[in-house]
Amino acid sequence: MSDAVAVHGGAEANDTPLTPENWGKLGMWLFLAGDAMSFGCLIVGYGILRHASNKWPVPAQVLGINLTAFMTFLLIVSSVWMVLSLAAIQDGDKARFKKFLGLTILGGAMFLGCQAYEWTHLLEHRLPELNIFFSTDLFATTFFILTGFHGLHVTGGVIYNTCVLLAVNRGRYGAKHVEIAGLYWHFVDLVWILIFTFVYLL
Amino acid sequence: MTTDAHSTSNYIKIFWLLLALTVIEVAIVYMGLPKMLLASLLVIFAVWKAALVAMHFMHLKFEKKTLSIIAIAPFVLCVWLILMLMPDIFPH
Repeated sequence: MSDAVAVHGGAEANDTPLTPENWGKLGMWLFLAGDAMSFGCLIVGYGILRHASNKWPVPAQVLGINLTAFMTFLLIVSSVWMVLSLAAIQDGDKARFKKFLGLTILGGAMFLGCQAYEWTHLLEHRLPELNIFFSTDLFATTFFILTGFHGLHVTGGVIYNTCVLLAVNRGRYGAKHVEIAGLYWHFVDLVWILIFTFVYLL
Repeated sequence: MTTDAHSTSNYIKIFWLLLALTVIEVAIVYMGLPKMLLASLLVIFAVWKAALVAMHFMHLKFEKKTLSIIAIAPFVLCVWLILMLMPDIFPH
């Protein structure tokens, strides 16, 4: 209790993220703001191209949204596992931490598996059936650029989380590092929520 | 003690809320609503879900204000980007 009061008092006296112990978190937030701008430009560009095109298929009919809804579910669940793993390491429970971060990584990997299946299915069957070609169609191009850019972020997140898990295991990383990795992972989830709505549902 | 209140139970509550919103989103796409109504609802749900993730999972609700300002900056810039592109979107 006295510790909590001391920490709380310190935070009030020093209400800035620019203290050395917060540099990591501040740096991640600055990176995410820049990354959000990259996604923002891609989504705005997608909207303008779609608006300017005189024919644009209904995405849900071409892409199918059942698998993607499941992928959204996977990322949301894996985000929850990430916060639970952070809560566990903050409590000092390493076994629970490893379980939940392991599940987070598994959720991300399953998402990538679903996306690989979805892309293969679209490229080999669905799009040729509808005479939509990746190289000449704006609908297909914007779709693959947006989901591909996001998929690369998920790949990066799975690798990042795996490194964090190994580093905590060796005692080199603590709760602070897990929190920063969590910020990145939740950002990837947040962007997918927007992509799911703008690219698949709208 | 207030910082302890948002530990495990709250995360689960946010999870159910996110899941419910996703199910509603998919359901209204299948319902075949008028286009404008559907688009407005979907955008509201998407922003709502994104805000839930940022506020609770990324702890913005409990963080210092500086981080929230950093987080909001790209959204302001995107709105500005759209405004600046207006002449191209709606040419005369």
